[in-house]
Amino acid sequence: MDTEFKPNIVGFLCNWCSYAGADLAGSSKMEIEPSLSVIRVMCSSRINSNLVLSSLLWGADGVLVAGCHPGDCHYERGNYYARRRFALLKKILEVLDLEPDRLQLSWISASEGKRYSEVVNTFAEHISQAGPNSLAHNPKV
Amino acid sequence: MSDAIKINKGIEEAVQDLLKSLLEKDKIKGVFTLRKMDDLGAVAYSLFTNADELKNALPLYPFMPVNAGKVLSDFTLQGATQEPVAAVLRPCEIRAFIELVKRTQGDLENILLISSTCGGVYPLKILKGNDQKSRQAQYWESVKKEDIDPELRETCRMCEDFIPHNADMVIAAAGIEDMDTQCTIYLNTQKGKEFASDVPGSKTSEELEGGKIEELKTKRQEQKAKIFEQFEKEQMGLKSLVKMFAPCLGCHGCSHVCPICYCTLCEFDSKTCEYRPTSIESELKLKGGLKVPPGNIYFHLGRMSHMAVSCVSCGMCSDVCPVNIPVATVFSRVGAPLQEVFEYIPGRDLEEAVPSGTYKEQEFMESGK
Ligand code: SF4
Ligand code: SF4
Ligand code: FES
Repeated sequence: MDTEFKPNIVGFLCNWCSYAGADLAGSSKMEIEPSLSVIRVMCSSRINSNLVLSSLLWGADGVLVAGCHPGDCHYERGNYYARRRFALLKKILEVLDLEPDRLQLSWISASEGKRYSEVVNTFAEHISQAGPNSLAHNPKV
Repeated sequence: MSDAIKINKGIEEAVQDLLKSLLEKDKIKGVFTLRKMDDLGAVAYSLFTNADELKNALPLYPFMPVNAGKVLSDFTLQGATQEPVAAVLRPCEIRAFIELVKRTQGDLENILLISSTCGGVYPLKILKGNDQKSRQAQYWESVKKEDIDPELRETCRMCEDFIPHNADMVIAAAGIEDMDTQCTIYLNTQKGKEFASDVPGSKTSEELEGGKIEELKTKRQEQKAKIFEQFEKEQMGLKSLVKMFAPCLGCHGCSHVCPICYCTLCEFDSKTCEYRPTSIESELKLKGGLKVPPGNIYFHLGRMSHMAVSCVSCGMCSDVCPVNIPVATVFSRVGAPLQEVFEYIPGRDLEEAVPSGTYKEQEFMESGK
């Protein structure tokens, strides 16, 4: 019987960079881990802590937030704010000992198809190693 | 050294005199402070406009029925009050007000902020007892001696920020042995000096910090280390979190009394977070069970991510929790490292932007890799 753990990862990708990067990776036929469910958002700053937390509390084993490189945000400063929020949330998970490494933030531009596949594959590998998220399927939570 | 006035009366009377004189001389039109509601110890925050009524004011009574920073925000939400008002607040209440002003939820302009080197407050539950007289005596003894009364709010016992930031006038209380016969009031700002120009008392110049105040700070720091250590032993990790919030009713009282939680409609009180039969079904599918009331951990973690960086550790949330969850200790414990990352002390400086509302280009460079 195949009991291998198949992670369920949520990927929030900004429309202007990372989503386009994902597109490029796809059309270039690069190998991409299928465990990532992509949600397209207009900017990484659209992602607030509640979206990340509700993913982690209701089914996700990992959450990837990806946006334009600093300085390149389509809305100029969105990713700077996203980066701060991300740092805050990650610190909270760290302090409470709630597996902060299930969270990742990455900068992936529209031309970085290769980088996209690498980021996703590495993160998926990391989450597979980490195993199921104890927050995600817990009837006590 | 800072300018001060010395009044040769006991602290309570001296402060009442100060407020009375400000009101009588028309320097202010109102006083916002605690008011005696009966003879058994009940108090409530009130606005006084009549100088004769001020005999019922209890500006230093060690209870905090609401975080008054929240109330001042209500008063000044649409701009400065039309007339100047003196408000006697605890240091953490002022810091909460400053945090709210930063978020455009209030206006400092016409408010004269008066505070004290704070000895802390008791949980409101204690107010129910009928022994307030002896309790008061016990309180002031411990304030004089700088003992940390074990019955104080937990956040007060470990508070290091008991010297007010941003107060126009500061009443010396902590560690003042002769407070029954005299009272020193520091004038910390230009505004404070102007308002105090012709109040009773003799003008002096004194040092507020240093000496005994430092001793108390050290004591409080030791308490904090102890309380946090205990917390770390018992409350970290998913298991402990589940245990701690197991009895949570989901009443959201903790967020409703929190001065920093100012949103008119909190996402967690909104339809988005309401449980419907469909959400229950999908939850059962996902988890094979459903905790009732649902979503408590989501609520607490979410609230934390929104405001813990600005938590002023006033202790209101723990105080109102009907099932005695140490909410304020959790939020203070989580808030501390967040505040450290951003070198941020909530309410210290109006000019300091709320960490989540600003950024630096070169920071957290390792994230995003
Ligand atoms: S006040 Fe207590 S019971 Fe109510 S939501 Fe907060 S922690 Fe839960
Ligand atoms: S979280 Fe609790 S202790 Fe912190 S500011 Fe809000 S009410 Fe006060
Ligand atoms: S548009 Fe890509 S991060 Fe803002």
